[in-house]
Amino acid sequence: MSTTDFGALVKDDRVHTALYKDGAIFDEEMERIFKNTWVWVGHESEVPSANTFKKSFVGNQPVIVTRDKAGVIRTLLNRCRHRAASVCEKKKGKQSVFVCPYHGWSYDIDGGLRKVPYADGYPEGLDREEFGLIRLRTETYQGMIFATFKQDIEPLVEFLGPARKWMDLFMKQGAGFGVKVLGEHRFRFPGNWKIQLENTTDAYHFPIVHKTFLDSLDAETENIFDVIGSGGWVEDLGHGHSVMVMIPDLIDLDDNLDAPIPDRFAELAEELREEGHDEAAVRRIVRAVGGTGFNLNLFPNVACSMAFFRVLRPVGVAETEIQHVAIGMGDAKETPSPAGNRARLRLHEHFQGPMGFGTPDDAEGWERVQRGARAGDDLWIMLNRGSAAPEGRPQPGHNAGDASSEVGMRAAYQQWKRMMTA
Amino acid sequence: MSTATLTRHAISLDDATRFIWAEADILDRLDYRAWLPLWTKDGRYTIPIEHDAVDYDNQLNVAHDDEEMRQARVKRLLSGFSMSAAPPARTVRTISRFVVTAAADDLIELRSAMVLVEYKYERTRVLAGDVEFRLKRDEGVIKLDRKVVRLANCDDYLHGIGYLL
Repeated sequence: MSTTDFGALVKDDRVHTALYKDGAIFDEEMERIFKNTWVWVGHESEVPSANTFKKSFVGNQPVIVTRDKAGVIRTLLNRCRHRAASVCEKKKGKQSVFVCPYHGWSYDIDGGLRKVPYADGYPEGLDREEFGLIRLRTETYQGMIFATFKQDIEPLVEFLGPARKWMDLFMKQGAGFGVKVLGEHRFRFPGNWKIQLENTTDAYHFPIVHKTFLDSLDAETENIFDVIGSGGWVEDLGHGHSVMVMIPDLIDLDDNLDAPIPDRFAELAEELREEGHDEAAVRRIVRAVGGTGFNLNLFPNVACSMAFFRVLRPVGVAETEIQHVAIGMGDAKETPSPAGNRARLRLHEHFQGPMGFGTPDDAEGWERVQRGARAGDDLWIMLNRGSAAPEGRPQPGHNAGDASSEVGMRAAYQQWKRMMTA
Repeated sequence: MSTATLTRHAISLDDATRFIWAEADILDRLDYRAWLPLWTKDGRYTIPIEHDAVDYDNQLNVAHDDEEMRQARVKRLLSGFSMSAAPPARTVRTISRFVVTAAADDLIELRSAMVLVEYKYERTRVLAGDVEFRLKRDEGVIKLDRKVVRLANCDDYLHGIGYLL
């Protein structure tokens, strides 16, 4: 165990650069944070029916998220109990049994040990109950699946707390049909995971880093994305979670359904009518297509960001993997609007992914932070912007600041400090 | 159709490879303004995420650009305001191992291999992929109608890419 005074590295308005580059701190984070809290592992639509699975991670530990025959969603460590070989190397799929390719131990989709070849080689007998795949505690909220190593942790809904209100609002982009994963962009950047964590509720960077994205939009849309001057705010939701409201008009997608359909969606509206949707559904889908007007950051590894989930996985102190999960309308069985989902996919490609108009510039910025952090041995990361609470909008009693404030980052680092010093 | 007609309208493998190498040269020189008119009006530039993808419209891609998006992309990359593209990585690519998969009047389709080396900030990376081309003769000029870049690691974690493939 490290003897570092982690508490001294996080002040109210700044954090020490060692948090980005000290490998010993990273190792402690994997133990104290990622093994002691609820960590996002997937969305229910990725395990849509009995015997489906997807691979994921809790911190840097590989897991399989499965749905068993009874519909129960589980999170299992992806290692055979015999000699530790991974039992699943497919990203996702459907199968009722995982067979370890090394010595043939087989496991049911719920993790139970099914069969051991030549079992009579264990003269004292082998207690199959004892050698199932290790199960993590797993709970869901609004279709989002979280898992934890900490069996006695508070229930997920308590951990999420006030963030649940924003998750409820976020899922309205399903336009009443539910939310379904359509695909994901995956990329890496050579930098610490907390650099990305900071980014989701950082509106300050948006007009600067994403100038070329804004320039690629029509004038009306570009105006909507004036995220700093539009009356938005950032709010500390507790437990390190925070929300950044960028477009106040798009907080609740059930509001303003009577407003005229914007010109840029006229063609989509026509396609939706051709798909057989009535006028009310057309308006609902059109309003939902661009996603919500806010980014919700859930400590430590997932964000609900406008129209997608952003998931981070710490790989090493200076290496992080990111998934941008595209979501659309539908559930396991149904895709209510192919045209609506095509529009969502094209919007996602426009900003996200390794060649999107936004992501590579974010990634470059994050990498620059890591490179610059090499300079100076006793310098601090400043998070002191925007401490004055805006009037009226946030939940009374919550710590909040204007849209460009660094309230969200301060919230995350205070949670980091609580967990690292507990 | 007579042999003479076919000869007049067909795009030969030699025509196609000259065109493809010229395009590769344009991209490595970042001469993106010269790249745009290489395309037909309805041309699509696609970089899929799933290795066996075919229904690009209904799947998520790294890029799936129509004319408008290609123009926007070029504007962005040349603007000087994109942190990932200003300064850009240097790239050197080779395209070879051509196999003609279809040919008709005024049209040829090819499969090929691409190896691209990228250099930026003390770091060299290699990207490899299969590239499918559909070339069309449009008012006598050979143009790109489809280009699908299927990276060998397309379904794995990629890095930010601040140039065109």
